[in-house]
Amino acid sequence: MSELTRRGLGRAALAGALTTAVAPWAAPWPALAQGVNPIRIGCSMSLSGGLAANGRSAQLAQRIWAEDVNARGGLLGRPVQLVSYDDQSNPANVPALFTKLIDVDKVDLVTSPYATAMIAPSMPVVMQRGMCYVALFGAGVNERLKYDRYFSMNVTGDDIKGHYARGFLECTKMLPNPVRSLSILAVDNDFAQRAAESVRGMAREYGLRIVYDRSYPPSTVDFTPTIRAIQAQRPDVVFFASYPPDSNGILRAVSELKLSAALLGGGMVGPQIAAVQAQLGPILNNLVTWDVYSPEPTMQFPGVVEFQEKYRARAPAEQTDVLGNYLQPYAYAQMQVIAQSLARVGRIDQEALAKDMHANGFETIVGPVRFSALGEWAEPRNLFVQFQNIADGDLEKYKKPGTKVILYPPALKSGTLRSPYGAPA
Amino acid sequence: MSATALPAPAAPPARRHLSYWLGATLLALALLVLLRLIGNEYGWYAGYFVLQYVVLAAAWNILGGYAGYVNFGAAGFMATGTYTAVVLYEALGLGVLPGILGAAVVAGLLGLGTGYLTLRLRGVYFSIATLCLAVVLQTLVVNWDYVGGSRGAYVIRPMTVPGFVSYGEYIFAVMLALAVLATGIGRTVELSRLGRGLQAIRDNERAAEAVGVPTLRLKLIATTLSGALMGVAGAPLPFYAGYVNPDGAFNLAYAVNTIAMPLIGGAGTWLGPVIGAVLLATLQQAATVTISSALNLWITGWMLVLFVALAPRGILGWFRKR
Amino acid sequence: MDPTLSLLLNGIVSGLLLGGLYAAAASGLAVSFGMLDIVNIAHPALMVAAGMAVVLVGTALGLDPLLVAVLQAPLFYLLGTLLYRAYHHFFERRGDEALQGLAFFFGVMFIVEVGLVLLLGPEQRFLDPDYAFVTWRLGEIDVPLRMLAPALLALAAIAALWVFLRRSFTGLAVAAVAQDPEALRLMAVDPVRIKRIAFGLSIALASIAGGALVVVQPIEPGSHQVFIGRVFAICIMGGMASLPGCVLAAFLFGVVENLTASFYGPSWSPAVAFGWLLLVLAFRPQGLFGRLA
Repeated sequence: MSELTRRGLGRAALAGALTTAVAPWAAPWPALAQGVNPIRIGCSMSLSGGLAANGRSAQLAQRIWAEDVNARGGLLGRPVQLVSYDDQSNPANVPALFTKLIDVDKVDLVTSPYATAMIAPSMPVVMQRGMCYVALFGAGVNERLKYDRYFSMNVTGDDIKGHYARGFLECTKMLPNPVRSLSILAVDNDFAQRAAESVRGMAREYGLRIVYDRSYPPSTVDFTPTIRAIQAQRPDVVFFASYPPDSNGILRAVSELKLSAALLGGGMVGPQIAAVQAQLGPILNNLVTWDVYSPEPTMQFPGVVEFQEKYRARAPAEQTDVLGNYLQPYAYAQMQVIAQSLARVGRIDQEALAKDMHANGFETIVGPVRFSALGEWAEPRNLFVQFQNIADGDLEKYKKPGTKVILYPPALKSGTLRSPYGAPA
Repeated sequence: MSATALPAPAAPPARRHLSYWLGATLLALALLVLLRLIGNEYGWYAGYFVLQYVVLAAAWNILGGYAGYVNFGAAGFMATGTYTAVVLYEALGLGVLPGILGAAVVAGLLGLGTGYLTLRLRGVYFSIATLCLAVVLQTLVVNWDYVGGSRGAYVIRPMTVPGFVSYGEYIFAVMLALAVLATGIGRTVELSRLGRGLQAIRDNERAAEAVGVPTLRLKLIATTLSGALMGVAGAPLPFYAGYVNPDGAFNLAYAVNTIAMPLIGGAGTWLGPVIGAVLLATLQQAATVTISSALNLWITGWMLVLFVALAPRGILGWFRKR
Repeated sequence: MDPTLSLLLNGIVSGLLLGGLYAAAASGLAVSFGMLDIVNIAHPALMVAAGMAVVLVGTALGLDPLLVAVLQAPLFYLLGTLLYRAYHHFFERRGDEALQGLAFFFGVMFIVEVGLVLLLGPEQRFLDPDYAFVTWRLGEIDVPLRMLAPALLALAAIAALWVFLRRSFTGLAVAAVAQDPEALRLMAVDPVRIKRIAFGLSIALASIAGGALVVVQPIEPGSHQVFIGRVFAICIMGGMASLPGCVLAAFLFGVVENLTASFYGPSWSPAVAFGWLLLVLAFRPQGLFGRLA
């Protein structure tokens, strides 16, 4: 299958789909898996359906981690084996898969699927078994459950409402002229609604009056009427909380209608993804949006460059995001947390692992991490980045600094804000 | 037109009904005991997955199989039940059993309303209306903050239930009882005047009307019953998963499977949906934990097409004379 | 200009442009569902499949997506005739079209969608011609070419089909087959052949609609779900077998959706549009349908 291209078809994709299902007997490192009793780590992941794009790339990152660990001799002297199933992006599939992992496959540890909607239905099963659980990109899953063995690999922290939009609004202070009006448009889904709630709650503090505040359904085809309604209010600051493919439709409509604002962006998920960056090209210039990773000098944590090299070498054949600038390093870091905790505890003991994770910090490829009592990051780290110097859809520049400049938090700041968005060139 | 041979009435009706209920209850108890002996939580969760489709398929069959009116909106009716249970939980803290009752009432009324509005027209308009209904309902739920809107709703379920090993076994037992009930209702309908009336509608609605079958009334009863049972199938979902969101509750897989299963098993017979659901859902669950990937839904699609093309009476059709 | 008036005018114009896309998607259905009585719920899925083909071919050869859509239309015509052969052989001939036929197309829809996922992955695909980034301004009114070009192609294709149905013998036979296949047989015309041609044409229209869709937005295998309800709603409101009615209904649908989005927020636009259809189905079926029962 060496002639496989990114658009390689048919059998190749099918074969890919079959091998990504890491069935217990088809471990990708058979040499190690034989003989010694491996440590088995199980999860469900969305390899098909709406969440598959991120699910597949997260899984690739975790497999790279397992290979790295096994190359160094495994954990506690035992090789690591990943067991995963496809939850098809359907929450109703998750509980059965987790009982299968725990009861039938008898995995030693479980990790979470990707995103809140998939993590939440796994919680009752995980809690019943008292498993120590490190989750990937959930938002507020543990708010009501308060499970003391839940840990979240996500930058949002305990209090999404109180923190999320802070960085975006801080950017208004970097503007040359004071701003007064704010418009909010958010997609009807969990994360976007929390994001909108956050900016809504903090707007007054920054002297912003909300002139437009609406939600839209994920099936929206044409955004021009909505963007025009926003334009009619002439807001200084525009906050979108959107998901792909809508982020795309919104930004296209923004550019067609020449909507301009001193600060435009917000909590858009989509511009972090390579395919979206390729399509939108210069439309992204001066957009200020939420992010989790950017290859700026301030974020060169030990190990992340090596990880991204390995990831980028394999992503095209796996038909996943070719850059790995979004959740992929976090998926790797999620596994690093488990590895470091295991090394400190010295045995597989769910209670001791959870105690250790609460008590101690971790050094990961996304930087140092500590967990709060609720299991979220003790220090939230919502990045706000600005796209700069983009002339075309070529993706090479996203591997280098200067394209996605970090504006917030101050500790990681790597450039200066350019304003306005959508100024005639 | 199609004419499925009715089983010749051999024994007096009362005894035949009794034998079904006894037999089904014994079978269900045996299953419970067996799974408890195996003592594996996965058995209960996978069993729930299969049984919810038995209920859905039996519910769909009442209108689709007997009367030939295709409901594309199974996910909509099921989600109505799911969210009724969520509302009862949020408002009154009620558990799964009252949730099921509430779901039956609300989803049944929804079925009645939809039927009343569209069943006077040709069957295909009913089908399209159900397709739209699911979209409208999903929009409503997404915009309804009380049930969590698009964020979804959390249900904190008890860790244990008296008399059961775990909550997993309890929710499985509930679904098992519902499956027995739904299949029994389907069977009762088939053997009653209602079922014969519906079959007359399927074969030739105008002729049926001409000879005095109250077609609209029978269709309305069937839609209400079918809708209520679909709602019932959805009610335990928030307790099973501990969390439910609109994407999950209105998932396309429910709509597809609910149509595919009775047709593959043999629509228009009470046993057909059970066979179809057990076979297809088990296959899907097995595929999910072995070959994974979208492949297993693809197989479902192909099976549906091949069966309706080559074996229009389903699996049961192989054993019965045309 | 008064901002509200500008919003209203722009809402109407962009609604009409969106309606052009809807018309492309719904007109094929007006032929298969309206004239031939074949409830092809896989139509939007085939449209998305055509869109994917447009992206692949257009990217590989560097061609304009709309051009590719027109060029590949004959292939989709053939695909349509094959699909009809299967449908006729297994269902129509047996008189099973109501239940099994519907389930057949449901299965086809599913196979197409999941097949695309298996083949190409779940990610979005896109192919933007240069003009997709251009917007014309007519006073206060914006006309993005991204919406205008597909709408014009769609209307041209529908107009061509309409002329064909009105002027050619085969076209007239298609109109006749909807009303009385037996009469056609007496005229020594094979109604099955006529239906095959007409169904092929409806799938060819799906190809053009797919090309139009690619210009408007990036597509993914699940994109068709957004369209199923909409195109059937338009088809029914347009009077089933009437192409002009279908186009008018598509425009109306687009305008209602966009004005709702402009003035009441986008959350409610699908519910308003579909609620409208439910009301039409319930209270005014005779007024809008070409024929009843």
